[in-house]
Amino acid sequence: MTSVVTRPQPPSKPKERSSGKIPTLALVAPSVIVLILWMVVPLAMAIWFAFQRYNLLIPDNREFIGLGNFIFILTDPALWISIGTTLVLVASVLLITIGLGTLLAVLFNQDFPGQGIARVLAISPFFVMPTVSALIWKNMLMHPVNGLFAQITRGLGLGAIDWFTDFPLVSIIIIVSWEWLPFALLILLTAIQSLDTSQIEAARMDGAKPFALFRYVVLPHLSRAIAVVAMIETIFFLAIFGEIFVTTGGGPGLATTNLAYYIYLKALLEFDVGGASAGGLIAVVLANIVAIFLVRSVASNLDT
Amino acid sequence: MKTNNKKSNQWLIGLLGWLVACILFFPIFWMFITSFKTEAMAVATPPQLFFKPTLENYVAVQERAAYFNFAWNSVIISVGATILALLLAVPAAYAMSFFPSKRTKSTLLWMLSTKMLPSVGVLVPIYILGRETGLLDTRIGLIIIYTLINLPIVVWMIYSFFKEVPKEILEADRMDGASTYQEVAYVLLPLALPGIASTALLSIILSWNEAFWSLNLTTFDAAPLTAFIASFSSPQGLFWAKLSAASTMAIAPILIFGWISQKQLVRGLTFGAVK
Amino acid sequence: MNKITTFLFSVMLIPLLQACGGESVADEKTRLTIATVNNGDMVVMQDLSRKFEAENPDIELRWVVLEENILRQRTTTDVASQGGQFDVLTIGSYETPIWAKRGWLKPLDNLPAEYDVDDLIDPVREGLSHEGSLYALPFYAESSMLYYRQDLFEKAGITMAANPTYGEVEEWASKVHDPANGVYGMCLRGKPGWGENMAFLTTLVNTNGGRWFDMDWQPQLDTPEWESAVTFYVNILNEYGPPGASSNGFNENLALFSTGKCGMWIDATVAAGLLSNPEGSQVADKVGFAPAPVESYPNGSNWLWAWSLAIPETSRSPEEAQRFITWATSKEYIQMVADESGWVGVPPGTRTSTYENPNYQEVAPFAKTVLNSIESADVERPSPLPTPYKGIQYVDIPEFQAIGTQVGQQMAEALADKVSVDKAIEKSQNVAERFMRHTGYIEDEASEQAKNEVEQ
Repeated sequence: MTSVVTRPQPPSKPKERSSGKIPTLALVAPSVIVLILWMVVPLAMAIWFAFQRYNLLIPDNREFIGLGNFIFILTDPALWISIGTTLVLVASVLLITIGLGTLLAVLFNQDFPGQGIARVLAISPFFVMPTVSALIWKNMLMHPVNGLFAQITRGLGLGAIDWFTDFPLVSIIIIVSWEWLPFALLILLTAIQSLDTSQIEAARMDGAKPFALFRYVVLPHLSRAIAVVAMIETIFFLAIFGEIFVTTGGGPGLATTNLAYYIYLKALLEFDVGGASAGGLIAVVLANIVAIFLVRSVASNLDT
Repeated sequence: MKTNNKKSNQWLIGLLGWLVACILFFPIFWMFITSFKTEAMAVATPPQLFFKPTLENYVAVQERAAYFNFAWNSVIISVGATILALLLAVPAAYAMSFFPSKRTKSTLLWMLSTKMLPSVGVLVPIYILGRETGLLDTRIGLIIIYTLINLPIVVWMIYSFFKEVPKEILEADRMDGASTYQEVAYVLLPLALPGIASTALLSIILSWNEAFWSLNLTTFDAAPLTAFIASFSSPQGLFWAKLSAASTMAIAPILIFGWISQKQLVRGLTFGAVK
Repeated sequence: MNKITTFLFSVMLIPLLQACGGESVADEKTRLTIATVNNGDMVVMQDLSRKFEAENPDIELRWVVLEENILRQRTTTDVASQGGQFDVLTIGSYETPIWAKRGWLKPLDNLPAEYDVDDLIDPVREGLSHEGSLYALPFYAESSMLYYRQDLFEKAGITMAANPTYGEVEEWASKVHDPANGVYGMCLRGKPGWGENMAFLTTLVNTNGGRWFDMDWQPQLDTPEWESAVTFYVNILNEYGPPGASSNGFNENLALFSTGKCGMWIDATVAAGLLSNPEGSQVADKVGFAPAPVESYPNGSNWLWAWSLAIPETSRSPEEAQRFITWATSKEYIQMVADESGWVGVPPGTRTSTYENPNYQEVAPFAKTVLNSIESADVERPSPLPTPYKGIQYVDIPEFQAIGTQVGQQMAEALADKVSVDKAIEKSQNVAERFMRHTGYIEDEASEQAKNEVEQ
């Protein structure tokens, strides 16, 4: 297919048309324009506010302070800690969901009695609102006194694990993984189902062991679906907020404060519009760095 | 011997599959069970599995909040936003996948990167815009926001589905003299329909569960189920059972919808299935 | 296939059209949008408001009930950016003077005579006033007090003092602490937040003789008073507290105490009614009440908080809104709740007449302790040292939410044994200084001018 320079043209003469006459620009334009507005309007406002001392609660104190907000944010040790936390969180949940998701996809691709129902149960967590799942995990499962885990381990004479105090980030990772594992499972499962069974049979005939089969036949076939999962998940994991808000409130200390929560603290707890705008701009820059590294490597995987 | 081995293997796989399914589903099951307990029972030690179920939590929840108003708003907003996103995305994805230019890839990546703008940081500007346009606490306002939030993913997914459609089919049609409209309506869309459907499902699920904008831009008229949940989480006093009941009510529609449509979802998400 | 698609799309279009259509505004009723928290007393108000609507057929009430943190964020955004979405706001003693100062609230100067403003308990009323005008009407008010298990105290041979001290409390905690049987000596708030762990901790600092800021708004966290308070707090919870103390807020502690897992608990007086109610509490007949413990300075040892109803300046129907808030905070309303669900359930802490009522005194054994706590709470002088601010468990400046929450994070970290108390205090002091400099309260070459503006 030749690449296209676009010229809008009414599709009134269908028979003569070639790809060159399709109004591609006109087709892409609406999406791009609304997204540009969505990006640019708030962004412009954010840039405007970022150079001011502007707290919504102290409007009369508003003035231009140059780079003051950026200096205030960039010298805040909490910012750097929260960036580190964000990366750890994204990376570990990606690893868990894709790793386990692949294994489970292979498992649920097998025939076994009640497979359909089991699959439905396994993917259910994806439909649950993040705030609701965080509330369930916090109050009913991981609570060190009333939670089910604590009651079971105490019943076994093991004492209770104080999840949100001793392993705060691990707890968040568990909750988020639980929510997103089904998503990975779902997409990877569908990808596996599209795998040509004759190919597997052929490999098996050649005497391939199950592991080799998985490594050299199934996994390469899945690479594209894995890229899809990684991409979509990364976008959502960078913005994890509800789970942290409900469970640990970013703590103890800064143990679970990620970038999204950090900006929340600035924007909605302090109503420091100037500081939050500066923080938001820093986050945009960081997100784009991630986008360049991750998304590009993923996208090259998608092109074929 | 061999068949025997295979059978026991299958048995083992079945056991493993069910075990995994039960573990993953357990938290939801536990919430469901808790919603039928009294508040005192919900925090009792040891946890109770066998008890006399009560409906009092559901009654109390319904008395305090008009569940159906919230649910109806959720339905309208998530479906509305999905339709709008599809209307914008299908043409864009069509153009990008069949007539790619040098800028196509970077446009796609740029679209995805818009999703990384932290929404909390722009709440105040958006709120002021909403006030100026009179869109605060309207379904239309929320539909617009969700359309914008989901658009990148929708474009991107439909783009990948279109990419799966073999070009030969379209070219063959073109030889037969099909118009662009005919080509899209009779060949492309039917082929990509499962993919579009599953994209729509994903968009509906994401809109249904979105809890930041829905809480901050609605008050009463347009408040969806996320606001409903926020009125039952962490009040003073014991609340676990009532919260469980409210949560069950809030996720039931989307859960059932998801169960029914998951076959569709699986079919549509099958990359490379369109042959 | 094509037909199906067309059909599907037309079905999906219905809701879209619905969304565009909007509501039909046929009736001429005044609609009041009321934002409130989901606490028990407010839920009762929502129920009883049907009577208000029956008495005022020209008014229709629309309730927006949210949990506290979300509500605060939601209403602040709206009021500060003049969104005009609400007619009645539920706000606390912290926000009222700050918002009043900005001109965001309507002053409530001409209240009807039968409302009997003078019946409102003094410290509560004072906390909701700004420059002599009342800006919010108290719906219920609370202080803090000490809850203990009478049965466990009896078994351990302890007699509760009339005015316990923190020294005594620590000793008692060691005696009733019995983790093997699932009883922890002392439960306290540990969840980070200016309204969570810092509310309690600030009272502890006050009574140790400390304060948040000196008269020049210099943060005073790196002082011996803070050090001794925080050390005490961390030690007592580590020795005699329940596991996971650093993520326990009011609710978590309430659940612990009402399932019999705490020997003592110091928290809001509003828990008294909840703990005495056998429906939700397994220790209803065993719970005892005492004033909040003191150390060297008694005034700041128990806090004061009033959930109140206010009318934003942007309300389109201020008259109707005032009619509603005077109804919901009136003596008649309290009587109505008493008639419906008994005197023990009436909203506490707002009116002297409630505490003078013999019916109330009879069913609420804690009434006297609560009233004394509220009356002794002195928002003007929370600390033996002079303060530039008003408020016992908070500081009435907008920045406090952020400072308090970040300091709360440090304290939770110290409590979880992740850093030492000294280190946590040092970091807290840094955080507070950074903020005060950023907002221009304290000296900074670049912000001299801003400081002058603030001080005006």
